[in-house]
Amino acid sequence: MRNVFVYCELDDNSVADVSLELLTKGKSLAQRLNCKLEAILIGHNFNGIEKQVFKYGVDVIHIADDKRLSPYTTLPHASIVCKLLEENEPQVVLFGASSVGRDLAPRVASARKCGLTADCTSLEIGDHFVKKDNKEYKDLLYQIRPAFGGNIIATIINPDMHPQMATVREGVMKMEVFDENYKGVINRLDVSKYTNDFDFVIEIIERHIEKSKVNLKGASIIVAGGYGVGSKENFKLLYKLAEVLGGEVGGSRAAVDAGYLEHERQIGQTGVTVRPKLYIACGISGAVQHRVGMDKAAMVISINNDPHAPISNIADYNIVGDLAVVIPKLIKYYKENSK
Amino acid sequence: MKGFKIVVLAKQVPDTRNVGKDAMKEDGTVNRAVLPAIFNPEDLNALELALRIKDQNPGTEITILTMGPPRAAEIIREAMYRGADKGILITDKRFAGSDTLATSYAISQAVKKINDYDVVIAGRQAIDGDTAQVGPQVAEKLAIPQITYAEELVSINDQKIVIKRRLENGIEVVSCPMPVLITVHSSAPECRPRNAKHLMKFKYAKTALELEEASPIEASLVSERKYLNIQIWTVDDIQADVEWLGLSGSPTKVKNIENVILQAKESKVLTASDGDMNTLVKELIENHTIG
Repeated sequence: MRNVFVYCELDDNSVADVSLELLTKGKSLAQRLNCKLEAILIGHNFNGIEKQVFKYGVDVIHIADDKRLSPYTTLPHASIVCKLLEENEPQVVLFGASSVGRDLAPRVASARKCGLTADCTSLEIGDHFVKKDNKEYKDLLYQIRPAFGGNIIATIINPDMHPQMATVREGVMKMEVFDENYKGVINRLDVSKYTNDFDFVIEIIERHIEKSKVNLKGASIIVAGGYGVGSKENFKLLYKLAEVLGGEVGGSRAAVDAGYLEHERQIGQTGVTVRPKLYIACGISGAVQHRVGMDKAAMVISINNDPHAPISNIADYNIVGDLAVVIPKLIKYYKENSK
Repeated sequence: MKGFKIVVLAKQVPDTRNVGKDAMKEDGTVNRAVLPAIFNPEDLNALELALRIKDQNPGTEITILTMGPPRAAEIIREAMYRGADKGILITDKRFAGSDTLATSYAISQAVKKINDYDVVIAGRQAIDGDTAQVGPQVAEKLAIPQITYAEELVSINDQKIVIKRRLENGIEVVSCPMPVLITVHSSAPECRPRNAKHLMKFKYAKTALELEEASPIEASLVSERKYLNIQIWTVDDIQADVEWLGLSGSPTKVKNIENVILQAKESKVLTASDGDMNTLVKELIENHTIG
């Protein structure tokens, strides 16, 4: 009881990266809280999946296997998760901040009347003292996220109404096997006891899932543009530089919102979190929401007209100048020197 | 054809996309006064989806429902200028401090009071929080199914609605009986502009609070024409339990807010000169960052 739970998303017959990252984080939270780590797996036909999961240090896997549970639809998954939470009373429940997690977690939070913090960039355990009531809370989950235009970092807690729930984007937490030989137990659920007919009213008529062609997470060099790039046309320069260096193109939310590039290239709190060897920030001012998605880059080069843009504080090199001048020169000298 | 009864949930938000230097006060709190208040962008996509249902189904009625301070009536009028039929503003000091759970409780109580509805449509998320929680939470409290991230209305008839959803790595077309709650993704069609006829019709639409400061002519106009009346509902009107509102109804608390202070790291400042660029590229190749 009072354990840490992670809802695991399934991608065909394997567990999604974001869920494995959360199991890794969940394990460290469970160790800190001196409790167990439990995983929820809902879908169909996932033989042998426990092998993928146990090694992250999972003590219990709850499995709901039924043809109607895959692909994901909200209601049956929500019913199963809600009943599991009711039966097990975990203290922490984590979901990926994915299309699935962001659809499911709020429905569950509403049904269980508990708090939920979206898109956390850090999770820690700590205490809380309420002076007014002279009441001390031990070992709460600190749910940390940038808020409000990125000008502030907020630490959110749910002192009273548990479980404490949070969603986290893919790539924010590290994925690390705990112990290759770790063994826990499997709890197979009788799906009919956890769902009802109403749960299956939504019918999926058509479904096209494509593996993203953009691989920002795996790129070792990223050329990223912000609103300061100025236009979709100007982004061509960034693509050219990325091509020459063997990198990938990304951008800030402002650039995506302005229509300069596709959403799947967005880097930051509500996009992808990246850890490249080199990050070239072009015309990016560097709001917190963007920085939390790229500040683990080994090296940052900023190209900006404004020498005082916030990004300059985290950049290793600040090139003060116009993209239209700087980028062609970088390409030129790269070609000359790399031979 | 009797048309459909649609409730569109909308929020007036500070425009966090254009945060200026004075957006934060010295004590680290948000200076809402200097931020322009706008119609939450994805709620406009939601309104457009409702308007498209109305285009295809004469007799459809769109009610715009918003929760916020009295000035949020502005976005109700904006929605009316674009084709919404009526508006309700839920406002009460007792809502202050509500997180998404308490907010969704209040909104669901208001939708329950409206009672007669086929579809509830909201934006996927509001730009001041980006949580995308209120839509699914309202659906849960109304005990109706939800379709999130809608991109396109495929079809609607008396039995069911068919919606194309935009997922992070693909699309999905789903069909669902009504009533249902739909949240709309920014990739859905943009909202049509104001319509001159609607603008004329609803120009003087006002809440009771606004009428207190209106001219006698405006006041008599509103009392003559019922459709100009933007209803205000309080905690009592929606029969909400105050325990579940505001701070007491909000499980999440802000423990701490930190101003972001950038720790300057040692960085080299370069110009765009050929010399600087050549040296930089050489350095990067030497330390195997590139090449």
